[in-house]
Amino acid sequence: MSKEVKIDVRNLTVGYGDYVLLKDASYQVNKGDIFIIMGGSGCGKSSMLRVLTGLIAPLKGDVFIGGVNIAQGKEADVQKIRTKSGILYQSGALFSSMTLAENIMLPLQQYSDYSPATMREIAKLKLALVGLAGFDDFYPSEISGGMKKRAGLARALALDPEIVYFDEPSAGLDPISSKNLDDLIIEINQSLGTTIVVVTHELESIFAIGNNSIFLDAASKTILARGNPRDLLQNPPNQEVYEFLTRGEKK
Amino acid sequence: MSKTMNNNLISADIARGNMLVAITGDVVEYNSQDILQKIAHLIAQNPQKVTITSTQLGEWDSSLLLVIYETIRMAKTANIAYDVTTLPQNIQSLISLAFAVDRKPSHNSNNQGGFLERTGRSAIGILTKTTNVLAFFGEICMAIGRFFSFRSIMRRIDFLAALNDCGPRALGIVSLISFLVGLILAFVGAVQLQTFGAQIYVASLVTIGMCRIMGAIMVGIIMAGRTGSAYAATIGTMQVNEELDALQTMGLSRIDFLVLPRLFALLLAMPILTMLADIMGMIGGAFVGVFLMNLPYTEYWRYAFNAFNLTNFLVGIFHGFCFGFIIAICGCYSGLTCGRNADSVGIATTQSVVYSVVWMIVVTGIITVICQEIGI
Ligand SMILES: Nc1ncnc2c1ncn2[C@@H]1O[C@H](COP(=O)(O)OP(=O)(O)O)[C@@H](O)[C@H]1O
Ligand SMILES: [Mg+2]
Repeated sequence: MSKEVKIDVRNLTVGYGDYVLLKDASYQVNKGDIFIIMGGSGCGKSSMLRVLTGLIAPLKGDVFIGGVNIAQGKEADVQKIRTKSGILYQSGALFSSMTLAENIMLPLQQYSDYSPATMREIAKLKLALVGLAGFDDFYPSEISGGMKKRAGLARALALDPEIVYFDEPSAGLDPISSKNLDDLIIEINQSLGTTIVVVTHELESIFAIGNNSIFLDAASKTILARGNPRDLLQNPPNQEVYEFLTRGEKK
Repeated sequence: MSKTMNNNLISADIARGNMLVAITGDVVEYNSQDILQKIAHLIAQNPQKVTITSTQLGEWDSSLLLVIYETIRMAKTANIAYDVTTLPQNIQSLISLAFAVDRKPSHNSNNQGGFLERTGRSAIGILTKTTNVLAFFGEICMAIGRFFSFRSIMRRIDFLAALNDCGPRALGIVSLISFLVGLILAFVGAVQLQTFGAQIYVASLVTIGMCRIMGAIMVGIIMAGRTGSAYAATIGTMQVNEELDALQTMGLSRIDFLVLPRLFALLLAMPILTMLADIMGMIGGAFVGVFLMNLPYTEYWRYAFNAFNLTNFLVGIFHGFCFGFIIAICGCYSGLTCGRNADSVGIATTQSVVYSVVWMIVVTGIITVICQEIGI
């Protein structure tokens, strides 16, 4: 069964002005995958995510998301995919002047026709899904870092997105919270069929959740490897990938 | 979409003590209030069991999940057995995910309490605030002491950056505003004085008005708006980013590091800016006098200089100096006491401007009374 391609990146060059981070990269993300974008710090993972979510335009190349090319810098194109994707930022990025429920209701108010009471109920449901049942009246400042990430995920899921992006989901979390978040990502991927793109350099997460990946390299500005991370560990295509996946062991 | 045929997608009924919730078709953006009301009503009749089934379920989203979730929640609270085993597997696992964590968080409620409690709270609030402000003053005095005994960690570069910001960069706006204020003073005065044929005294009016008080006040308001608020926002953001905590844990004095450079910069800049404002105001007045009221140029300046009085001028400069102190203190204090979220930076900024303006007016009043008493 050939899988449906959800994100199709063609000859993409990412950078800022004259400063190129990644040259001529092409890759595809299939529907229902948990796709990992990995690489060392500063190699341009977050920048890649910003391109995928339409926050910055690439220097060159095309990004097709569900068939829509968002790399042309047309706000209308980007807007089309925005309601179909959710993003969990590194720190949760919850609006601090709103309760958790209000944070989740915000995209619903903007893009759905539910009645206010239903929106609130949906917000509560999403919080329950991420293990925060009953926290709807809490402000972001009243919950822990791990909970903020979960609440951020609940907000990312508000509009039943087809794709959810994560920027370093396990950064700043203790091993158990990090593991729980990984489990949650898998659960959501399996139950909702959501395509998931995760930017991370956390090895345990990479092996636990990823079923496809690309490895970005800052020095050569290219994709050094691609495929299932566990396969890459078995047959590392080159020294850089091997060292990365084994925490710097020399071959 | 399917919203038009909302009604028959989900049905609920009781038959022989068994409650059945049946789902069919595409359940997308389903407005669930009616059906949930009905389900609540049925559960209140205390059935033995609640069964949720689906036949030919097509597309679905959170709104369907919501109905199932709420139904089970109601059944759970009423201690009624429920059966969802015929639902698609993924819906079942989502539902169990939603019920996986079932602890009631404890919330420090924002209970306002009764009248007495609130009065008491605000009284205690005022007391602690006053103590805090006094402590802040004490800290500043100690920091100044450290500075003059060369034990301060204030960085010269910070001072120069602050000075650049509240000196050269403020020249344009201060010049413009005081020129316009001089213009307005002259206009308003001219209308009155013309009725006595004493237009030439516009020159005296503008000179005395600007030098004695208006120059300082205008500079104070401008600097409270552009510099004091910037201090509050910068320091407040540092609080949000935990930079203030970092300073403190490194054992560095926040006052030495953040407040002193800003305070010294404003103390130095304000008198000079006040002088500039005085001059620009007089030029604005002359503009009206010479070009609009056709007073002779030399005559105008002769009256202006006759009205000029060194004591008045120095009192004005002293105002400027005091205002500089007030603006720096209010700005930095608001920043340092800022909360830890984006909202509180806004509050701190507003607070710094309001406090600055209020205290400038209060201090002007005090100085005026003192001058009256000692006959200046
Ligand atoms: N807005 C920007 N303008 C210019 N350079 C930037 C910008 N954002 C990031 N960079 C640079 O791009 C590089 C990659 O950043 P980033 O994508 O955040 O890396 P990663 O997430 O992989 O650690 C860094 O060297 C950074 O200095
Ligand atoms: Mg990053």
